Amino acid sequence: MASIRLNNVTKTFKNTTAVNNVNLVIADSEFFCILGPPGAGKTTLLRLIVGLENPDDGDILIGEESVTNIHPSKRDIAMIFQNLALYPDKTVFENIAFPLKQQEVPADEIEKRVTDVAKQLKVDWLLEKLPSQLSGGERQRVAIGRAIVRQPKAYLMDEPLSNLDALLRLEMRVALKELQTNLKETFVYVTHDQVEALSMGDRIAVLNEGVLQQVDDPSTIYRSPNNMFVATILGNPPMNFLQCSLKRDNGSVMLEHQTFKLQSDNKEVLGLLNTGNDSGNVVLGLRPEDINIHHAQPKEKSIQAQIYVIEPLGSETIVDIKIGENVIKVLAESDFSGVSNQGVWITFNSHKLHLFDNESHKCVYHASEKSKFEIV
Amino acid sequence: MANIVLDKLVKRFGKQVAVNELSLDIKDKEFVAILGPSGCGKTTTMNMISGLLKPDAGTVQFDGKIMNSMPPGKRGVGFMFQNYAVFTFLSVYDNIAFGLRIRKMGNDQIDKEVREVARLLQIRHLLSMPASKLSINDMQRVALARSMVVKPQIFLLDEPLSNLDAALRNVMRAELKRIQQELGQTTVYVTHDQVEAMSLANKIAVMNFAVLQQYDSPHNIYNRPKNLFVANFIGSPTINFFDGSYKGGTFSLSDFSNGKLTVSKENKKMVDEKVKGEDVVLGIRPEHLKLGGDKDKNSTNLQAKVVSFEPLGSKTIVYLYPNGNPGLILKSSMDSDYKPRIGDVKNLVFEEKNLYLFDKSSTNLIFRFGS
Repeated sequence: MASIRLNNVTKTFKNTTAVNNVNLVIADSEFFCILGPPGAGKTTLLRLIVGLENPDDGDILIGEESVTNIHPSKRDIAMIFQNLALYPDKTVFENIAFPLKQQEVPADEIEKRVTDVAKQLKVDWLLEKLPSQLSGGERQRVAIGRAIVRQPKAYLMDEPLSNLDALLRLEMRVALKELQTNLKETFVYVTHDQVEALSMGDRIAVLNEGVLQQVDDPSTIYRSPNNMFVATILGNPPMNFLQCSLKRDNGSVMLEHQTFKLQSDNKEVLGLLNTGNDSGNVVLGLRPEDINIHHAQPKEKSIQAQIYVIEPLGSETIVDIKIGENVIKVLAESDFSGVSNQGVWITFNSHKLHLFDNESHKCVYHASEKSKFEIV
Repeated sequence: MANIVLDKLVKRFGKQVAVNELSLDIKDKEFVAILGPSGCGKTTTMNMISGLLKPDAGTVQFDGKIMNSMPPGKRGVGFMFQNYAVFTFLSVYDNIAFGLRIRKMGNDQIDKEVREVARLLQIRHLLSMPASKLSINDMQRVALARSMVVKPQIFLLDEPLSNLDAALRNVMRAELKRIQQELGQTTVYVTHDQVEAMSLANKIAVMNFAVLQQYDSPHNIYNRPKNLFVANFIGSPTINFFDGSYKGGTFSLSDFSNGKLTVSKENKKMVDEKVKGEDVVLGIRPEHLKLGGDKDKNSTNLQAKVVSFEPLGSKTIVYLYPNGNPGLILKSSMDSDYKPRIGDVKNLVFEEKNLYLFDKSSTNLIFRFGS
């Protein structure tokens, strides 16, 4: 059981900064996910914590003790790799027992601890088998067992489920989450799969090109992304973005798109326009599930659009809508019907929109119940 | 006109039957997806349509003409494979123009066609770029443009989007559908991804172990799957199955302790008539399986324990063990603000009309309640 802290950690390989001045605190007993696209620096980050890489700058602490200069074998952290690395010539029992044998634990204690862990992971009936005789899921559990039996300070996992088929991945996700809840240990879990991060993490760190984008619990990251990258990485279909301009109009602010206008009287929004500057370009962000389609013009103010294409998925339907030059995706009910080029009307949940800076892509505004835009 | 008829197609590799008497009728301008897990025979079927493989029995017909002996180059089909092999030593423009130059089209006409297809695929800004400098996503579009520009009457695509990242796959799916609607080519699309098949196709041919399971519209495949395999393969998260037996108006479900479901008065006669053997499988999709207390409307006395949940943003998927079988995982799709506690026991809440009834031994659908 231990917290993990990274202070100003940087790692460079030749011309690439793989990890760029990362500051991170992973709390004791947390299920912590590191999410990012391939090449973001997630594996490098993990290897720095384990000690397989040394940082060029900064400090790494485990349980409040600096380990930056300590050899990986003495950091007391267990790592589970994507390719598991089970010893092919050793039985399940011998694989799980291996770290204990290394530590010269007495034989009867090894017997007890290995059997306990094997029961916990439901591989106790496989103890005499070789890895080659096991299924993918069973091998997965043996690798986890080998880590658990060491009772390390923390568990690090690098995309451990990505080689499994969809059904097994689901079962293992559930099993891993249950295990962590029972063990109450610190888990650091690297993934590029946003569904995994959202469903498993107590908190998620979003990483891109070596730079930490946001660290928060899944709900906050989803509802209040810090920038357009974070907004896109969570949610399927991803958030829609529309180029708009923000203009002051007497006491209100107008958000103008090629085909529609939104208005807000809220003080917070007025503050977005710099003094002396009466207008600016922003990016409007709206999630597909926060937009509503109507076949007939609704009573409330709405935006006219056309159906571009319809994607029926069974449990729901994605409707691609053309608004001016843009095509955005909207999540509709499974029984939605229509044809391409058909005219429709759009309304949206006005407390769920976001505005991003046109240049930096940072979020400058999240709408809320108290502060929203209305269609004009 | 470009319709395709497959009549009892067979293909063997040694002793293994890869395609087993496949008959399919693909109408002019239709977008048909051939969907199934790895090894089901979908690529082999595609290769017989294209002419890359010769059938061992049965015929491939285009517009009523038997094509079995016609070499691929003369069939008038356009291809798009997973590894699209863009010519890296040519510019994007020359890649797209390649097929037209071989057909000895005039330069002015070539220019018009290339620019038009580049506009459709939004790669006009890349035309002068050397293909070697393209990202994977852009290479995908160039490969597509190259196949499309020769305006084949029949378009064959084999998992063309699988190398793209999730964000671009979403965008390209909608673009592909729109383009096919505009150009009207008969399209056959092979995939293992049921989301792609559902969103793109007019009709889906579901295959498993070399045999056609069902050929129907996405709506019918989803709402009236022919058997357990099809019901399970389409839909995400996958459908929930309950084992049970039927007697005198009641289903006894073995995954629940004291799991009894009484059939409504309206449907009892029909169920009595149609259920022959005793052993059945009841199916219900996650979006129809809700959770609640025993006083809720449509609540059943079937109980399950929350073991995990996935807050996906637009909805929350809850995973549960039924109280009679901790080896089975049930999935319920709830609203995005639903926050269950791990270990909570919930009653399953659903309407009879959303149930599917399958025969356990044949695995076939007996009927869908409410249909």
